[in-house]
Amino acid sequence: MNVLLGIGGSDDSLRALEDTVERARAAGDDLTVAVVENPRSDRTPEEVEDRVRAVLADAGLDADVRRVEGDAGSRLVAIAEDEGFDMIALGGGETSPMGKINLGSIAQFVLLNSHVSVKLVR
Amino acid sequence: MSGDRVYPDEPAGPFEAPPLSFEDREGRGIEIRPYPADADGESGEDEFEALIEMYTAFDPEDRAQGIPPSRESDVRSWLETILGDGGYNVVAWDGETVAGHATLVPDGDAYELAIFVLQAYQGAGIGTHLMEALLGHGAVNGVDRVWLTVERWNRAAVGLYKKVGFETSDAESFELEMTAQLADPA
Repeated sequence: MNVLLGIGGSDDSLRALEDTVERARAAGDDLTVAVVENPRSDRTPEEVEDRVRAVLADAGLDADVRRVEGDAGSRLVAIAEDEGFDMIALGGGETSPMGKINLGSIAQFVLLNSHVSVKLVR
Repeated sequence: MSGDRVYPDEPAGPFEAPPLSFEDREGRGIEIRPYPADADGESGEDEFEALIEMYTAFDPEDRAQGIPPSRESDVRSWLETILGDGGYNVVAWDGETVAGHATLVPDGDAYELAIFVLQAYQGAGIGTHLMEALLGHGAVNGVDRVWLTVERWNRAAVGLYKKVGFETSDAESFELEMTAQLADPA
């Protein structure tokens, strides 16, 4: 499967990175990692990209890593549709102090707009 | 979920602090008490187990945003977290049975609110009393700012929150975020 992982640096997106890399290695997926701009994230795109490369190196997985500028949700949907990806993978939401799951704005946009299957990683 | 929430200018309350009791619309005598019951922060094993019983009996259809958890072991660890230091809780009792529970969990200088009423006790006015008692309990303990999220289709819950003084602060997500600023205790 040809998988596009969107990662903006929130904690749930970092968990999605670990999970998706592990899954890609086990299943032999072709993985592309798109480092997107998430205004709600404290981590810079540079830090996120370093983290992505480190996780890939640890796993011994070869994946295409690219920086994506502009509105994260719409760019991810456009890339997935234009380039024929089978699936978009994303972080599945942050947890509030109470333990409530709150879906991020990027995931909400992608879920409602993507014609490609979407996987939310919990 | 960031720290720059907007709070209403108009304060919510003041509300009567628990303990308090009332008769619900089904004629059941309901008592609302703070949890833990005494000032030392100690609460009986029996009270904790009664809470566990309510949550393990909770209808999965009434779960919201992943809580309460469904497995008993997960309920226990979740409750231990939200009943931990720094928060405020009130419980609605029908005799020795827990009918509902409302909680304020610390989040920086504000508190996140949630309320749960067991299915058999819904639609009897307990939620309103429980909310008011929780906000009254919070206010006498110095709680000022309270926020919550609610699934936007959950009209009953949104109506309840509005009735006690919450206003929508963020409507751009699947979940509505609502905030309230508590009035000084009466």
